[in-house]
Amino acid sequence: MTSIGTGYDLSVSTYSPDGRLFQVEYASKAVDNSGTAVGLRTKDGVVLAVEKIIPTNLEVPGSNRRIYPIDKHIGFASSGWLPDVKSLVERARDEAWEYQSTYRVPTSPKILSERMGLFIQAYTLYSSVRPFGASPMMACMDEDGPQLIVFETSGAYYGYKGCATGKAKQLAKTEIEKLDLENMSIRDAIKEAARIIYSVHDDSKDKLFELELSWISEESNRQFCKVPKELYDEAVQYAQKSGDSDMEDDEDL
Amino acid sequence: MNGISSFEHPNSTVTADGTYKHTTSPIVTGTSVLALKYKDGVMLTADCLASYGSLARFRNVERLHPVGKNTIIGASGDMSDFQHVQNQLNGLMLSEHVTDDDQVLGTKSIYKYLSNIMYNRRSKVNPLWNKFIVAGLEDGESFLGFVDLYGTTYKSPVMATGFGAHIALPILRKYAEARCDTLTEEEAIEILDNCMRVLYYRDARSFNKIQRAKVTASGIEITAPYSLETNWDFAESIIGYGA
Repeated sequence: MTSIGTGYDLSVSTYSPDGRLFQVEYASKAVDNSGTAVGLRTKDGVVLAVEKIIPTNLEVPGSNRRIYPIDKHIGFASSGWLPDVKSLVERARDEAWEYQSTYRVPTSPKILSERMGLFIQAYTLYSSVRPFGASPMMACMDEDGPQLIVFETSGAYYGYKGCATGKAKQLAKTEIEKLDLENMSIRDAIKEAARIIYSVHDDSKDKLFELELSWISEESNRQFCKVPKELYDEAVQYAQKSGDSDMEDDEDL
Repeated sequence: MNGISSFEHPNSTVTADGTYKHTTSPIVTGTSVLALKYKDGVMLTADCLASYGSLARFRNVERLHPVGKNTIIGASGDMSDFQHVQNQLNGLMLSEHVTDDDQVLGTKSIYKYLSNIMYNRRSKVNPLWNKFIVAGLEDGESFLGFVDLYGTTYKSPVMATGFGAHIALPILRKYAEARCDTLTEEEAIEILDNCMRVLYYRDARSFNKIQRAKVTASGIEITAPYSLETNWDFAESIIGYGA
């Protein structure tokens, strides 16, 4: 951040003289504090991967998940302040159910994202509220094919071929840019997503983490769900192997 | 009745003395559903007709509805109430999907949920005008449960709703009930097809386009609608009706 707020950062209802909303920018700082999330879109699906940081090894493996199904064909990967994420997830589920019980068709991802964008934006308008410290990544599939959308703390949302949020988003984005996503199968994308999460994880900051992988594709019957165990294990193996060979490369230098 | 539709009860009317009048009869109805247990699981059948009174109004209606991976619900009675139940169950299954905990809702739980809905509505004196058969497989055991508009429930290895409870049930009891454990799929199909044929001859609200469904260890299978062969030659010798 180029300047600090000096008096103009206490309320979202006031712009700074150079036209910024500092509270919204601080909210995205909150997002940067959480574990990295990566989303990759290929021709045949979307995969979401999250580096779930585990504060203590007393935590039960597989608990406190950070990827949330919203509807049969829609899912969120969270990054940011957990309670804010959960609140947005709850909202999205309500909106999705509202939509399909009103119109009796599967929830339109386009309309859901518009509603969510408006909802997040409404929390940037009043001094009595705080913007959401969360930037959910949405994976979905409809008749137009797979889509990956990321909501920013301002309420703006964009579609991506690949994206990353959280702690190591810059590193992860650089890695994603190297991928040929257009010609990649969803199965390979799962492996790459796992590899990126493993490679950007910083052992010196957080010792323990758990990789979460969910997907939606033709192969998952267009349902958003966890990646099957065989594919998950294969991806982790691939990620760990690439990590080891990276180290060997370093030694060569 | 000169009543107005009320906000809390959109399908009901308020009478002059301020009391409510709910549905007192079904409108568009489906007739019998038949079901039996057999060697590999459960099988059920229903025709594709939704009648408007005695008019064969809708002839391409699916009355066998899958819920989750191991359960099928067969519905007779009011079709709009059935659609309402379908939507409620879809909501239930969505909340299960979203929970994402590797647990699946079993047939028994779905049956309990449905019978609670039915009993709850009858207790409001505003019943859902249906008779349902819930069929499925849970922990390798086949399950057949019945629930009606009063919330009455029972379980049995052979089951029938509607006119089928009079016409088909004796046939099912004779040919299927005692040999449920050994009945093969082919035999089960033959028994059910025969029952549906008898019903088509006898039940004026039935139809010869039918569907069959089974739940086995490999999941749910619902057939596409198919027609039953019938022979009406005997009609020539009937004297005293019309011609």
